[in-house]
Amino acid sequence: MSWDWQVFLNDDGSGRTYLEWMVDAWGWTLAVAGSSWVVAVVMGALMGTLRTLQDSPWLVRLATVWVELFRNIPLLVQVFLWYFVVPKMFPLFQQVPGFVLVVFALGFFTSARIAEQVRAGIQALPRGQRYAALAMGFTTAQAYRYVILPMALRIILPPLTSESMNLLKNSAVAFAVSIAELTMFAMQAQEETSRGVEVYLAVTALYMLSAFAVNRVFAYIEKRVQIPGFIVAGGTGGGH
Amino acid sequence: MLGLDLTFLSWDIISKFVLGGLWFSIKLTIIATLGGIVFGTLLALMRLSGRKALMLPATIYVNGMRSIPLVMVILWFFLLIPFLIGKPIGAEVSAIVTFIAFEAAYFSEIMRAGIQSIPRGQVHAGQALGMSYGQNMRLVVLPQAFRNMLPVLLTQTIILFQDTSLVYAIGAYDLLKGFTNAGKIYGRPEEAYLLAAVVYFVICFALSWSVKRLQARIAIIR
Repeated sequence: MSWDWQVFLNDDGSGRTYLEWMVDAWGWTLAVAGSSWVVAVVMGALMGTLRTLQDSPWLVRLATVWVELFRNIPLLVQVFLWYFVVPKMFPLFQQVPGFVLVVFALGFFTSARIAEQVRAGIQALPRGQRYAALAMGFTTAQAYRYVILPMALRIILPPLTSESMNLLKNSAVAFAVSIAELTMFAMQAQEETSRGVEVYLAVTALYMLSAFAVNRVFAYIEKRVQIPGFIVAGGTGGGH
Repeated sequence: MLGLDLTFLSWDIISKFVLGGLWFSIKLTIIATLGGIVFGTLLALMRLSGRKALMLPATIYVNGMRSIPLVMVILWFFLLIPFLIGKPIGAEVSAIVTFIAFEAAYFSEIMRAGIQSIPRGQVHAGQALGMSYGQNMRLVVLPQAFRNMLPVLLTQTIILFQDTSLVYAIGAYDLLKGFTNAGKIYGRPEEAYLLAAVVYFVICFALSWSVKRLQARIAIIR
């Protein structure tokens, strides 16, 4: 077998090279993953917090339903639900671009997993911290805002790192609804050029590079926000 | 209801389109779990062997697999297997090979954690009794590691079952495809997606509930 890396300099039929197309696609992957990450962390932190509010059983139930719903349906099916079913059931969504619908799908799917991490992080804190905050006259909201969440979010940084890398990898399912991201590029360029190995190798390298970058960014954050003398335990295997 | 019409679904359609797909999804899940645990355990033993010639390839394999999206792995195998064996291959066979190879990486991380959770004293005790490495692993370490990690292994299997839907990328006929095909032919694609979601949810929710029960029971034994 011989390599043919020149294939990336060929025109794809619309006046740009495959290389330019691939860089565009990389941008879409990062955009999908980045936007979904924001949705996932906001909703995950909210739902994870709600699940620990033992004085409000209805909020706990709401958050439990949220988590069970979004983590027990395959991501690909959720993408189809947002892209095809939601606009049909609620005409309001017909104006919403496909990119945003995929971001909802990926963001909510991941938020269920992050909610579980946030809940575990909050429950891992010594109970005394909550009592101390309440004894100082904080309201529950203030106790969460100033004492519990700042600690819990630090505790969950290692699992949040791997979940963020998972999110990046999971963004590949956006190919199924024709978002022009890396996997979509890989499939189409493979078909058009018949140089599948070169195309896949380049795409795989970009995914690995992106995942590595996410990992480094989180390692940096973890180092910046760590509290001296406060050691955080690592996560276990499994997932994706 | 909200512009949907679920009445098109009949037992005929289910048995014609859906059951075959469901069977493939279950088959793929079971084969990939068993194969993944066998190869994953081997990979874990290689990584814990202390010999560089074994540790290095296993580490590269596991970390490599874990840093690529599953969809890309599915595409890779579908491209490469025919190339290696010199003849075309069905999407279903390709999917089975892919999932075993891919899940082995994830199961190996679980088994590695399980093996490391066994106190060193047990290994030493086995050695003191004159057990070989193989006997020690087979009779002392692995059974306990396996039991300790059973809930995690099963949770991974549920994730694996959900991930089987990604064979969509190479067009294999699984549960999701059964529903989408039925939806297409009867002109009700949205309803079909919704029903697929319900079926996946019921299966996965029931399984994760059982795992939770099991976890509680194992925790008491320990």
